[in-house]
Amino acid sequence: MAEKLLMRGSEAIAEAAIRAGCRAYFGYPITPQNELPEYMAKNLVSQGGVFIQSESELAAINMAFGASVAGVRVLTSSSSCGISLKQEGISYLAGCELPCVIVNINRGGPGLGNISPAQGDYFQATRGGGHGDYRTIVLAPASVQEMADLTFTAFDLADFYRNPVVILADGMLGQIMEPVTFKKKKKLPPKDWALTGAKGRKARVIKSLILDAKLMEEHNWKLFRKYERVKRHEVRFEALDLEKAKLLVVAYGTMARIAKEAVKRAQEDKMKVGLIRPITLWPFPTEIISEAGEEVSHFLVCEMNTGQMVEDVRLSLEGKSKVSFYGRPGGSIPTPLDIFKVIEKCYE
Amino acid sequence: MKKVFSRTKSLKDAIFHYCPGCGHSIAHRLVAEVIDELGIRERVVGIPPPGCAVLAYDYLDIDMAESAHGRGAAVATGIKRVNPDLIVFSYQGDGDLAAIGTAETLHAANRGERITVIFINNAVYGMTGGQMAPTTILGQETTTTPYGRKIEREGYPLKMSEIIATLEGVAYVERVAVNSAKNVIKAKKAIKKAFKVQIDKLGFSLVEILSQCPTNWRLSPLKACQWVEEKMTKYFPLGVLKDAL
Repeated sequence: MAEKLLMRGSEAIAEAAIRAGCRAYFGYPITPQNELPEYMAKNLVSQGGVFIQSESELAAINMAFGASVAGVRVLTSSSSCGISLKQEGISYLAGCELPCVIVNINRGGPGLGNISPAQGDYFQATRGGGHGDYRTIVLAPASVQEMADLTFTAFDLADFYRNPVVILADGMLGQIMEPVTFKKKKKLPPKDWALTGAKGRKARVIKSLILDAKLMEEHNWKLFRKYERVKRHEVRFEALDLEKAKLLVVAYGTMARIAKEAVKRAQEDKMKVGLIRPITLWPFPTEIISEAGEEVSHFLVCEMNTGQMVEDVRLSLEGKSKVSFYGRPGGSIPTPLDIFKVIEKCYE
Repeated sequence: MKKVFSRTKSLKDAIFHYCPGCGHSIAHRLVAEVIDELGIRERVVGIPPPGCAVLAYDYLDIDMAESAHGRGAAVATGIKRVNPDLIVFSYQGDGDLAAIGTAETLHAANRGERITVIFINNAVYGMTGGQMAPTTILGQETTTTPYGRKIEREGYPLKMSEIIATLEGVAYVERVAVNSAKNVIKAKKAIKKAFKVQIDKLGFSLVEILSQCPTNWRLSPLKACQWVEEKMTKYFPLGVLKDAL
């Protein structure tokens, strides 16, 4: 059996990345995710990997772009404000179809905000964030174990689809310590597109510039078709007691953990409440929510923001069911009791 | 008839899109010739900039990856660090390197990244239509300095090569020009040396090339070459700024 370790969330991502074959990390310090680069500075370097504390998030994402161009698995991480700066590079990664894993340990915002856990970056992560018509795969862990597991998944998806993948967690998940086990390292797929010097083959070019409008349109549709494939094959979610539920709670990440406790308590009180926890925020689990909407007349969306994912839930339901929202932005974390009270109210 | 000159292998058989008299095509040829003379074509990766030279991969027959505006040195850093056997260079303009990418350039230089930067200084933003560059010289008229660059309004032209030469991680910096046959020969020597510095793992190397832009300077190609000599080299003197060998 794999060894069980007690680790902080940010460190679990770092360790999982190393075990998943990540060979390079680039980042700029920002709270609350500094444990991740610090772990990499020590442990990636001791295993012969590349670590650079860059001069800015812009530089970090572009160094990551370079490492990806050269064909290695690469990680960068930051928190909210820093992720805003990385958007330029993420757009280029998407345009050039380059794999890269980007961790966002979400803090309060907008602006400098604060360093408390929040989910205000949902729109930024799921709508692209940067310029142009693109998507990033967004994975939302809810435990330290899942942070480790989804890091492996993130690297695999990034390589398979040649697309940037965002791991969207928050300051609480980054800091909590929980037991975790790590998967075994797999053999990595070859990258026949990487730039390695034109030895014994034609020279390769990696670019997103396509001046001809017709060809650019083709490229946009090609990306679109890839995103459709991702939507078909990569939706991940956790569903709890959907059968016979009268009220369904939808929440992700830290909020889902808290909501789960509240749902359990409501069930103890004989309320028919279930929970859907999206694990991929993009692609969003539209289908399961839509299907559930055939039976369930009321959904309660809980987020640590003023209402972002709730829009995707409403889009999924297309008016089929009533949708209520409970939000706690700015770094306020509700207790299970807070959510239980909202469930009680919705259930009446 | 005896063949005395031919296209070097790393230069594609393609017609440059550059304006008549532009310095880019000369600089491209010199880089290609140096790559072939050093026999590094099969392990070189180039980073072209956004701007006029963005299509460098249409002319250079080597592995190339585009970069966002100003980030050439960061992208080159990422490539070089994960594959140190590669010879990595970025090719950047003055706006790219000395304005939007100042931080990336200075910090790559300061870390002593084993990369080579080819810095094209034509004192103007070419692709966007002739706006002021950080290296636009005093009094120079551009579309955004229609009354000429003034110290009180726009400050002084930035001497990036001089700044970079002060950094300890930097092994070699030279400023050259491509406005005369004599200067072109010197420019090639400098480019060759910069690549050699990288091959020998000695540190960061940069060659600044004063390059004529007749279109945006509103001058004939010949007058543009003279303008480099008479105006640009007065503020940006040619020569070796750092040679740590």
